Amino acid sequence: MAQITLSNLRHSYSPNPSGDADYALKKIDLTWNDGGAYALLGPSGCGKSTLLNIISGLLVPSEGKILFDDQDVTSLPPAQRNIAQVFQFPVIYDTMTVYDNLAFPLRNRGRDEATVKERVTAIAEMLEVTDMLNTRAANLSPDNKQKISMGRGLVRQDVNVVMFDEPLTVIDPHLKWKLRSKLKELHQRVKATMIYVTHDQTEALTFADQVVVMQEGEIVQIGTPVELFERPAHTFVGHFIGSPGMNVLPCDVRDGGAFFGDELIRLEGPVQSNSDGAAEIGIRPEFVSVSGNGSGLDAKVRKVADVGRHKVVEAMAGDRRIHAILEGDAPNAGDSIKLAFKQSQTRLYKDGWLASTPGEGVQ
Amino acid sequence: MKTQNQRAWWFVTPVLLLVAFNALIPMMTVVNYSVQETFGDNLFFWQGLDWFEQVLTSERFHNALGRQFLFTFLILIIEVPLGIAIALSMPKKGPWVPFCLVTMALPMLIPWNVVGAMWNIFTLPDIGLLGYFMNHTLGLSYDMTQDPFAAWVTIIVMDVWHWTSLVVLLAYAGLVSIPNAYYQAAEIDGASNWAVFRFIQLPKMKTVLTIAILLRFMDSFNIYTEPFVLTGGGPGNSTTLLSIDLVKIALGQFDLGPAAAMSLIYFAITLFVSWLFYTLMTLNDNKN
Repeated sequence: MAQITLSNLRHSYSPNPSGDADYALKKIDLTWNDGGAYALLGPSGCGKSTLLNIISGLLVPSEGKILFDDQDVTSLPPAQRNIAQVFQFPVIYDTMTVYDNLAFPLRNRGRDEATVKERVTAIAEMLEVTDMLNTRAANLSPDNKQKISMGRGLVRQDVNVVMFDEPLTVIDPHLKWKLRSKLKELHQRVKATMIYVTHDQTEALTFADQVVVMQEGEIVQIGTPVELFERPAHTFVGHFIGSPGMNVLPCDVRDGGAFFGDELIRLEGPVQSNSDGAAEIGIRPEFVSVSGNGSGLDAKVRKVADVGRHKVVEAMAGDRRIHAILEGDAPNAGDSIKLAFKQSQTRLYKDGWLASTPGEGVQ
Repeated sequence: MKTQNQRAWWFVTPVLLLVAFNALIPMMTVVNYSVQETFGDNLFFWQGLDWFEQVLTSERFHNALGRQFLFTFLILIIEVPLGIAIALSMPKKGPWVPFCLVTMALPMLIPWNVVGAMWNIFTLPDIGLLGYFMNHTLGLSYDMTQDPFAAWVTIIVMDVWHWTSLVVLLAYAGLVSIPNAYYQAAEIDGASNWAVFRFIQLPKMKTVLTIAILLRFMDSFNIYTEPFVLTGGGPGNSTTLLSIDLVKIALGQFDLGPAAAMSLIYFAITLFVSWLFYTLMTLNDNKN
């Protein structure tokens, strides 16, 4: 068990990186607290698997250091780091029984059979695979194979961190949910640091206490699921999290106000100084309201999608598309409507980054 | 209601004809010869199972069969581990992969009688490269036309040179199909190199190795051309393998009855061993 610190980490797959574009990881400074449940969220190719492999020791970073507590492990091989990793595709040892699979990491480290038996039994119990212990692992279904993979990760009690690299990719949807809640439960029971890599926001937000959002080799935001949803630090986070993502509208900042076309949009609070000029307004569809008359932005409904619990209205304000999520009644396609933004949730973004701060007394 | 018609026959008939003319009908003539005696002029006399009895009790057959099993056993026990070892040390990616693959495939592209002739010249004591080197440089007495042991060493080395590549290529195909995650997981699980080989590489290669061993068994058990060209079965009878002996009986002595009986026994042995091996190898696949 340890606190993991990544300091000034950079990694490039090319031997002679010339510019920032050659780096899969641009500059990472990050601390993972002992016992935390983290998710590493980002689109494919954003460098999250690279980061994971650097922590596990499968890759050595081009620059920077990795510390487990105070020990520099940057050049240590995976076996000496005492970590566990679960891969996208279940890795099981075909010729062994489930029991032997779970016992493998312990036996390789020379634990005596009594300890092995105790740990394997406990883990099998947690994963609900006790009745399969004597079957050959090759014949299991994909979700059970992935459970065994996870079990091998959890069977050692002293691991510094357990990492999951998109572990539910090959699992049937209805079993995904079960395994996901199992993982959450396991985290509470074994209390090991867990890092869960995924490009699926639902998986990240349900599993983690802290979500690290990455884009193009950089960390864009670290926060709780609620923070990421309510105050995205970057328009990318706004887009990436939420379904549909945050509305981002181009605007012009002048005289301390943000104008979309000629319309003054009321923001959550004061904007950073010197942000005059072109900027963007960010507002989540959940905080856009629709009325037939009243005040607000003129828009025309393009289509309405009923997604079950609520309806998603797609409206055009000029040539800009704005989504609104409505509970209950919604207008029909072709209707002219007024869109109003909840002021406390309307934010300003300058060059992609959050540039407004919450004001007092804003509704 | 299913439509019923006889169209499938059109698809099956060509295969049936092909198999009939290249396997079933020739084999039936062999069966025909094996139970009769003939003195020419299409005169046949019923002989029952006498030829079979004669072959099975003859010392000559026992000796040839013994040599045949010894040969096959020796080449398998050399070629399979050697092939796996070479496959393991071949690069998995990079510019050397095509080079290695083509180099490996080269011996297999050479016609069998050419292989025999090549090794024949190669081992000639006074002018062959290997023969000259052994006799005149190392000072060893090496002449496979005189010394049975030298003859055996030569046919085995020749077969290893000719066919290890097959095992290499099949094992290599099995190895490159293992996803990288297996190696990474094993590294994290703290597995030793031996454990990686034993629990990941070997199980993943099992199917292709089964095929490789089966092919090498059948080919080496039926081998004829190379040893025939190289040693002609000599010196004496020391390298007279089953197939060489069979041809001697059938075409040299023109004893068609015993030769037919022998080839059926030979066929049955090959078939039985192949079946036994395959069954044993796949026995565990469907078990829990």
